[in-house]
Amino acid sequence: MTSVSAEADTAALAMRASQPPVELVSGSNGGVERAFRAICLLAILLPLMLLVLLFGGALIEAIPRLSWDFLTSYPSRRAAAAGILPALVGSAGLMLLTAVMAIPVGLGAAIYLEEYAKPGKVTALIELNISNLAGVPSIIYGLLGLEVFVRVLNLGRSLIAGAATLALLLLPMVIMASREALRTVPRSLREACFALGADRWQTLRQVVLPMCMPGVLTGVILSLARAIGETAPLITIGALTYVAFLPDSIDSPFTALPIQIFNWVSRPQPEFHINAAAGIVVLLALMLMMNGAAIWLRTRLRRRIYW
Amino acid sequence: MRAENIHAWFGPTHALKGVTMSIVDRQVTAIIGPSGCGKSTFVRCLNRMHEVVPGARVEGKVLLDGQNIYGTRINPVRVRRHVGMVFQKPNPFPTMTIRENVLAGLRLNGQSSSDPEHVVETALKQAALWEEVKDTLGKSGSSLSGGQQQRLCIARALALEPDVLLMDEPCSALDPIATARIEELVHELSSKYTIVIVTHNMQQAARVADFTAFFYQGEIVEYGETDVIFTRPQNQRTEDYITGRFG
Amino acid sequence: MPSQNVALSLHAPRARSERVIARVLQACGWLSVLTTAGIVAVLLFEALGFFREVSVIDFLTDTEWTPLFADKHFGIWPLLSGTLLTTIIAIAVALPLGLLAAIYLSEFARPRVAGVLKPVLEMLAGVPTVVYGYFALTLVTPALQRFVPGLSGFNALSPGIVMGIMILPIIASLSEDAITAVPASLREGAYALGGTKLGAVFRVVLPSASSGIIAAVILGVSRAIGETMIVAIAAGQQPRLTADPRVPLETMTAYIVQVSLGDTPTGTLEYRTIFAVGLSLFVMTLLLNAVSHRMRARILKGGAL
Repeated sequence: MTSVSAEADTAALAMRASQPPVELVSGSNGGVERAFRAICLLAILLPLMLLVLLFGGALIEAIPRLSWDFLTSYPSRRAAAAGILPALVGSAGLMLLTAVMAIPVGLGAAIYLEEYAKPGKVTALIELNISNLAGVPSIIYGLLGLEVFVRVLNLGRSLIAGAATLALLLLPMVIMASREALRTVPRSLREACFALGADRWQTLRQVVLPMCMPGVLTGVILSLARAIGETAPLITIGALTYVAFLPDSIDSPFTALPIQIFNWVSRPQPEFHINAAAGIVVLLALMLMMNGAAIWLRTRLRRRIYW
Repeated sequence: MRAENIHAWFGPTHALKGVTMSIVDRQVTAIIGPSGCGKSTFVRCLNRMHEVVPGARVEGKVLLDGQNIYGTRINPVRVRRHVGMVFQKPNPFPTMTIRENVLAGLRLNGQSSSDPEHVVETALKQAALWEEVKDTLGKSGSSLSGGQQQRLCIARALALEPDVLLMDEPCSALDPIATARIEELVHELSSKYTIVIVTHNMQQAARVADFTAFFYQGEIVEYGETDVIFTRPQNQRTEDYITGRFG
Repeated sequence: MPSQNVALSLHAPRARSERVIARVLQACGWLSVLTTAGIVAVLLFEALGFFREVSVIDFLTDTEWTPLFADKHFGIWPLLSGTLLTTIIAIAVALPLGLLAAIYLSEFARPRVAGVLKPVLEMLAGVPTVVYGYFALTLVTPALQRFVPGLSGFNALSPGIVMGIMILPIIASLSEDAITAVPASLREGAYALGGTKLGAVFRVVLPSASSGIIAAVILGVSRAIGETMIVAIAAGQQPRLTADPRVPLETMTAYIVQVSLGDTPTGTLEYRTIFAVGLSLFVMTLLLNAVSHRMRARILKGGAL
């Protein structure tokens, strides 16, 4: 800090020495600044444009394969006949089971930290853990799921093992989103409820949760939109890459949309790359729909609460 | 109701330093004093709301009908059913309708009234809100005006038929007309309920209260009949405050 | 209710359900601790099984990684160098772009423009990595092959660049936080000395924000190290100790994917290798995250500038 201001000092002194006493009008600096500003803006727009270009490329590639048949067919050794039905059903089941597991536990942990926990070492430990877990690479969760769910609990390479793994992966995100939603409920409403002779749980059930549910659900859907594209942990626990049947129970082996895409990308034949592009278009469309649903839900449920 | 030697803390801050005070049944008692004198803290000690704030602590006794509400086997949740509270800012539950707001206390306490409509009507009539909302009971509580919202909060507290009603600066967020209505209401309610009202407005204390206590720096300076406090205060600091020399 | 009012009943015991609920909620909180403990236990258990058969010295010094061949070598270096090379390329892309983006958002953009650009930029981090992998393999590599002679179909360069775009938002948003945290007084000090905006940014703001920017880069490195699908798809599956970004190689994460895709029976040495690699990965990312977290916490407290 001191060195910086000292530098600036000398620079200013040097400037004063070399320049005529009063020189207030100068255009050159403005030009440099404008150029730099344009470079900065380019740093944002360039990667965005690249992304648009790549999406456009994938879309053009995919168009010949995008059809109702593609959505309703089973995978095939012939690229042109292959579809994503088992992958779509698998992903849907996976998301449903993941949500069923991650929402209650994540919301419960958030409620504990926001409403029940007293500040102290234990709470600090839990909070540190959650922020650490958020930074663990997803493939490590895959190794955990492989050992614990697939092997020790003997669930096999099943839908439920995959969903449990994804639920653990999502937990930090769900907890953080729920805590933020809980914080939006004003203290005064909790106090009003206490003053009516309600205990903590009643206050939560009757007043706090109804108010923060839109926020919680929005957070959950956004996390699920991320989870639907997760590939590495599912590969690690051994989701099948070729499935010619639909999962019929939570114990069934399964495949998922990103796994199917990965499978097609890994084939050397370019026809399969076209399938991958079509799968990507479907995956991104699903993610967009989930994000849209989250926004719609937030505004719709907000409207019901008048302020 | 009687408070004996109440001390209260917020973390390290000693907010109340040994307040002893008997509150007369079915009368209005006003608590006045400059901001930060502990008057809000004191009423929150009367229904165990002070301890809801993280880091807050209370010592002393509050006797309600002869029982110490800080006794060992007392459930604070039960205490609050008998000692209702109305807050500075109106805070109806935004996810509930007007009817649900009034019934919230009963529902929270797991009591199903045999005639909820009667409870709603009685409480809203007592709070002088019935005529204005009787056709819109299904609308959200937050659709009302500020003054109506505060009367809804009063109805919500009255629906539980409390023994004591605590009001923590209930008019500070309201306009003068709404304030006048609440004051009128306080006066009417005093025939049935023991009321303790905190106010920073001395005229309000003079208008509504039978008894007035003057708090200063966490201690009770003077307490007596409102007429006496305002016309012949015994203590110099009370007089200074009432005549507007500080605060 | 009237009956209750006659005999004031303040004594009712606290509902037992309230205590049960508190316990259940606490258990939900503890699940996160359990998850961490589970990760550590699983990785250590299997990795210890691995190190019972392969010495730690070999693991850390051998320069070949061939566990799936007849002539087995278990040196982590080829995988580590693959991870480091792709990470360095990613940072080389993400740091300058992210930093310039952060400067634009904090110094030049009007609040409304920044409000639009930030979530759009965040989208870069939200694209599924399998999609990025597809881009790297089928679009970026062929495009690069026109300019880079000798670029093979699988290489470190293309996935590195794409990974850089993926971690750009992290570096941009954390750098922006660091820049915004620089007190206005320092900036004004520079202006008062007759400095231009550009001068203030480069001579005062960026040096003051440097530790925050370093923290951002460290977190970006951690993400790049743990990133799996982009490199698994586009970098190849050939463990190779090299600094040449044009040839196929294999990262630590890609190796785990490679073994997971095969039918390696559980309990074999090959199966355990992925946990040994996983443990190395976990330790590296944990350390980097902790360092970055520490640095950011210090900045938030206003301790170090």
